[in-house]
Amino acid sequence: MYGSIAAIGMGLAVIGAAIGIGRVGASAMEAIARQPEAVGDIRSNMILMAALVEGAALIAIVMSFLVSNPA
Amino acid sequence: MNKHILLSLFALILSFSLSAQQHDHNHDHDGHAHDHAHDHADHKSDKHAKEHHADDHGDHALSCAHAGDHHHGEFDAGATAFHHIADANVYSIGPFQFPLPCILYAKGKGWDVFSSSKFGFDRFGHGDGHYAYNGYVLDGGTVKRITDTTFPEGKVEIKGVIHDKEGAAFVCYNDKMWNTDQKSTADGGVFGGGITSYYDFSLTKNVVSMFLVVFLLGFMFLKVAKAYVTRNGMAPKGLQSFIESIFVFIQDEVAKPFLGAKYLKYQPFLMALFFFVLGLNLWGQVPFLGGSNVTGNLAVTAVLAIFTFLVVNLSGNKHYWEHIFAMPGVPKWVLTILSPVEFLGIFIKPITLMLRLFANITAGHMVMVIFVSLIFMFSKNGTSPVGGYGTAVASTLLTLFMMAIELLVAFIQAFVFTILTASYLGAAIEEPHHH
Repeated sequence: MYGSIAAIGMGLAVIGAAIGIGRVGASAMEAIARQPEAVGDIRSNMILMAALVEGAALIAIVMSFLVSNPA
Repeated sequence: MNKHILLSLFALILSFSLSAQQHDHNHDHDGHAHDHAHDHADHKSDKHAKEHHADDHGDHALSCAHAGDHHHGEFDAGATAFHHIADANVYSIGPFQFPLPCILYAKGKGWDVFSSSKFGFDRFGHGDGHYAYNGYVLDGGTVKRITDTTFPEGKVEIKGVIHDKEGAAFVCYNDKMWNTDQKSTADGGVFGGGITSYYDFSLTKNVVSMFLVVFLLGFMFLKVAKAYVTRNGMAPKGLQSFIESIFVFIQDEVAKPFLGAKYLKYQPFLMALFFFVLGLNLWGQVPFLGGSNVTGNLAVTAVLAIFTFLVVNLSGNKHYWEHIFAMPGVPKWVLTILSPVEFLGIFIKPITLMLRLFANITAGHMVMVIFVSLIFMFSKNGTSPVGGYGTAVASTLLTLFMMAIELLVAFIQAFVFTILTASYLGAAIEEPHHH
């Protein structure tokens, strides 16, 4: 199977991002439950943080794409 | 009962739009592959379809002898998905292919401007040309150039296009295999894509979609802007209230919190980014209108990210550059590590912007195609109709569900692109704090 190692790397990167985004989301939910009036601020900050966490995973995914390229 | 008819009709349309996507072992794009359920006996080019070579399934050697055949080989969902998210020189609405203008330039040959209908592709098919025109061929909806200059000019009928395992395409003409140039880039190979013998400035599917969206947005915004003059002092109405609610949301959630007092200077840029990305994201989500994957094209997102890069760094003040090259209050030896990292950060920020939008939109488009591809995988290319029809119902529902999610993603990604641009900009124009 060609590129299997790259696929494993991609999976590992996604696990990291999933944990990160999960924590961001969970904390945001808690914060909203504690302070429902700040829901707007919390939501946009949550999306921003999730996007930043996602950035690290994206770099890893692109790297694994590059490595798995047979050409 | 009506519901059942509607559902199967929808599944049928869905499967029709993919029915021409089966590849054989050689990734033969020329075969007019229809699954059995939709086989048209009176098809224009049924001479191809009738030439079944049942004996050469194990024969992987690349030769022109079987170009134009079609085998019922294994359906390759990955290749199908990549084909569907790629740019093309034909615009496909459902299963129908519409020609687009080709503008090509090759060194020593000059400009070639013609319609892609010159390639004689089937209206209902895969976007494979039956003719070569001035040394160019249409393969899977994309123009490729035959590198050999001895290939005859003008409109020439070709036997087909075959592909080797690496995906290189060869044109079969005159019982000979002719090399083609694979990708075409206008950058001379600087940003990948390889150095090719020709440049492609064609109005491709993505370019046409982009123009459509830009004209649509321009029309909408001019109309709304006019409404603010004519309805001055009155409550917004219709389209005006729709645009205003989104506009004010971006202004209040993105521009003001991140840019502070100077937000009006950068707001036009942020709004242009947001509505352009949102418009293209949504246009790609419209079923049966081509599903152009414009914001899922690395070149498009790269240009958007370059704009962000330029605006951020050109408006960066002394305070911003000081924090990159000589962070105040940090020991000298730490700076030798910190400054290079901060410097790389200037470039990594727009790169992640580019990749995020590209990856999210491309993944969305691919998931859709893969779900529909499940029908063909489970029906085993039409040999198992029960599996096919059973999966058709399930994957139609799954696709509908994914489309609802993608609608959300279209908004979120446009918003994320804008909010990150605003936060980078905010960091660049921030005035120093006085301690």
